[in-house]
Parts: sequence; C-alpha cells; structure tokens
Amino acid sequence: MKFEKPLIQPLGKQAILLSWQENIDENLLYHLLQLKNNIQQNYTKVKVEVINTYNSLLINYSSTINNIYREISVVEKLMDSQRKKAHLQFYQFSLPVCYDQKFGLDLEELSQQNQLEISEIIQLHTQPNYTIFFKGFLPGFLYLGGLDEKLHISRKKSPRLKVEKGAVGIGEKQTGIYPQISAGGWQLIGNCPVPIFEVNQQKPSPFQAGDKLKFEAVSMEDYQTIQQEVNQGTYQLKKEVYEH
Amino acid sequence: MSIKVIQPGLLSSIQDFGRTGYAQYGVPQSGVMDRYAAKIANLLVGNTQYEAVMETTLMGPTLQFQEEMLVALVGLEAVVTLNDEKLALLKPFEVKNGDVLQLKQITKGTRLYLAVKGGFLTEKKLESRSMYEPVTSSGLLRKDDELKVAEYKGEKEKAFAHIKFEAEKYESSQLEVFPGPEFHRLPEELKGELLTKKFSISKNNSRMAYQLEEKLENELPSILTQPVLPGTVQFTPGGNLIILMRDAQTTGGYPRIFQLTEESINLLAQKKQGDAIEFQLKQYEK
Repeated sequence: MKFEKPLIQPLGKQAILLSWQENIDENLLYHLLQLKNNIQQNYTKVKVEVINTYNSLLINYSSTINNIYREISVVEKLMDSQRKKAHLQFYQFSLPVCYDQKFGLDLEELSQQNQLEISEIIQLHTQPNYTIFFKGFLPGFLYLGGLDEKLHISRKKSPRLKVEKGAVGIGEKQTGIYPQISAGGWQLIGNCPVPIFEVNQQKPSPFQAGDKLKFEAVSMEDYQTIQQEVNQGTYQLKKEVYEH
Repeated sequence: MSIKVIQPGLLSSIQDFGRTGYAQYGVPQSGVMDRYAAKIANLLVGNTQYEAVMETTLMGPTLQFQEEMLVALVGLEAVVTLNDEKLALLKPFEVKNGDVLQLKQITKGTRLYLAVKGGFLTEKKLESRSMYEPVTSSGLLRKDDELKVAEYKGEKEKAFAHIKFEAEKYESSQLEVFPGPEFHRLPEELKGELLTKKFSISKNNSRMAYQLEEKLENELPSILTQPVLPGTVQFTPGGNLIILMRDAQTTGGYPRIFQLTEESINLLAQKKQGDAIEFQLKQYEK
C-alpha cells in the first residue's frame, strides 16, 4: 500500500514532527511503525525517542538540534531510502473484564440511550479484536481502534471526580481502560482486574502500538480470583504472537 | 543524611530534569519548571545541572537539616530565614544538624530552588526522581517526610562564587514562540491578534499547564489526538489558550498553534496569576 509523503516540520528545537493526513487507519499505523523502526535503527549516536499517534510520528531528541533544517533533510533521506521492511513482532492480548453493574455504573444509561440489552452491550464490546494505536492521555492509557458503532455514546455531561483504576469505559467512538484512579468523563461499563501500567516494571506497560487486544467477559467470582492472582504475582497475562 | 519536612509549603516537590524515553508509555516528562534557575542552584553547590533539587512555589516549606550540608537557594526574591535569621539567595551556605530553614514567601517570581551538595537521593522511578503521581508515590512533599540527600564531606566550594544568575531575564513579558503545527490554519487577522494582544495568566496555572485569561473566538476544528510537548500552546474551540508545561500529558486533541522556546518555558515558570505575557513569533534558523 502506498502512502503520501508526510509533512515534516520542527516542533521546538528538540523535536521533529512528521504528519500524514488525519485518518484512523490500521494500514497507516503499520506504515508508521515501519518508519518508526527505520528511524530508531538509524539513530545510533544520537539518542532519540520516536512516538506515534494515529497519523503522526514525533522524533524527540535528547538535546537541542543544532541545524534543524539539516536534520529534517536527514529524516527525509531516511524516508526515501528503499529499505527492506523489517519484521516487527506484534502480540495478541486478552484482558478479562467484569461487566457487573457494580463496575458498569453507566450500563443502564448506555442501554437506554442506544436501545441495547445489557447482554448485547457485553457481546458487542467483547466481539472486536481491537488495535492498539498508541499510548497517551494518562500513563499507560491505550488508544484502541475498533469499537462497534452501536456502542458509540457521548461523554458524561459532567465528568466524575473519581473513576476507579481498571474502569472500562466508552467516550464517543473510543473505548479504553483507566490505568489508575483519575477524574474522567467516559461512560463506565466494567472493570479490568489486571493492571495495565506498572511503574516498578522495567517496561511499565506490556502493550505496544500495533498489538491486538480482546476483552473477555468474566463473572464477579472470576474477577475476584484474578485479582487475588494479580496480588500474589501469579497471574499470567494472556498473550500470543500475532501475524498481520 | 536527610532533611526533615516540618511544613511542606504550598506546592513543593523534588524534581530533576525529568523523564525522557517514556512518552511512548504516556508518561509526562516532568522535571523542574524553570531549568535555568534549578541549574544555577546546582552549580552553586558544585553539582552538575541534572541533580535533583527541591522546587518550591510561592509559599515555601519549613525544613530541618539532620546533618551538616551545603545548600544554595535560587529564585528571584524571597523571604528566607535560617534559625530565624534572614538569609540571602544565590549564596551557598553550610548548615548544621538541627538548623531550621523557612522559605516564608516568594516575593518576586513564582518558584525557588533549593539545591544541596551531591543532590537529593529520593525515590527514583523510570530513571528520574521527579515527583509525579502516580509514577512516584506522591506528587508533593508531605509533612514529616525525611528526604534523603547525598553525604556531605565538608568540601565547601568557594570556586563557584563566580556563577552569575541573570535575574534580568525574568523582567520580560515576551514569550518567544515558534509557529506550531496548526498555526497555518489560523486566519491572518487572528494570527495578528495573537501576536499583538497582551494576555494575562489565569488562576488555572499549574505544573501541567498555564491557561490564559483572555479568550479569542476562533473556528478551528479540533484535531485527531496528536503528540504534544512541554511548551506547546493549545487553542481550544472555546477560545482558551493553554500553554502546556513540564507535567503535560503526551498527546492532545486541540490545535497546536505555538511552541515555546526552552527559555520561554523557564520564563513562564516564574509567572503567576495576573502577570502579563505577549507572544513573539520566531522562525527556525536556516
């Protein structure tokens, strides 16, 4: 698949931004991730961090760039060079979610507004194989693509001051998990007992852009068992290699 | 070696130069709000600029030293006492076990930095000691905290007396900005207005962002979630201007119209509610 050339511009004196047309598209994501890999491979002497969003790559340099236009042409050349596609390893994850009304504080509201039975909501939410596009908003928060249109719902009129860690919610066209207690305006439908951001791990989040994620409905009883396993450090995150 | 927090003050925390390499996890950079002042504080006690320092805001803390150490305070103007005697900023001084330092009030600027020889050795998470909840267990100093610091071997550095703090830098109300990625989407008239109007800092100003008081009508559509950095100026559909600071989130959905220079982030970090600012557009050097 062919993609347009991005617009390449500086963002301050320590970062270069590459932007493509605004689009949420899985093919564009994998194109970005290949380029991200190329850029990371190329910078060996200079320390950079490359982050992606839906349609952008941001190259963060660890110090001030002396000649920003020269650096931009380095990036341009890198993009033009015909490199063999790297084999990037992606994973399929599965996370348990308990859709009990104890956690799903807005299940009733969603059910009424979107005219769906609660069982249908759970079915529609656990059906898709979501794509992880990137992390942002809060430490460890996953931007997921693939929410069923029937579940789209506007945010709450006034946000809750406290949303529990692990809360699973829907805001407009997006669904996600709150990695920690925070304020939040999403409609809450369940809770995931598995922590998705752990600061004491060398990699604080096991998920990477390009990985796939499915939600698996679990009972309150299973939820509590999993929670115990997590606390004891015996819980095994469900993960397998995913081929695109 | 430690310093005991008798009173934590308004918004005091330990900060270094922040976390790099964790934006991909959605972790804010954090770090000292005014890198220049913090650097001078470190240099005055003979540290590198990267050591962790104490950042204090407006109403500072009361601290008790548990050992002998070498300390420096850098800020614009403040009322500070050591054992009830007035103390000058910008001069390194030795303290003894039991000495009590009170950062009573910052009378000019907003933030004052306290550096100790060897630096603070508090909790390190994701390669940085910068306090940011929930990455570190607390975002602020708390009463009765015992802050670990490096051992002091009595080597008072006199050689650093020549280090000059250029306080006049902070007199300016001009924030130098580069055009942001969505700047070109603004109509010419609005660009003109943004670059000539005097703005003031609203009460919504924190380590995460400074919101400006004045609103400007605009018809910019919001954007798909994009990367943002400390110093990015967001322009909301409601007309608010939000200048992201060191604890800013890593992505955002409002048009990014300006990007502050590093020096301007430092300058803004010393501004408070009601202070005036203007934007001065700068182009990248060819």
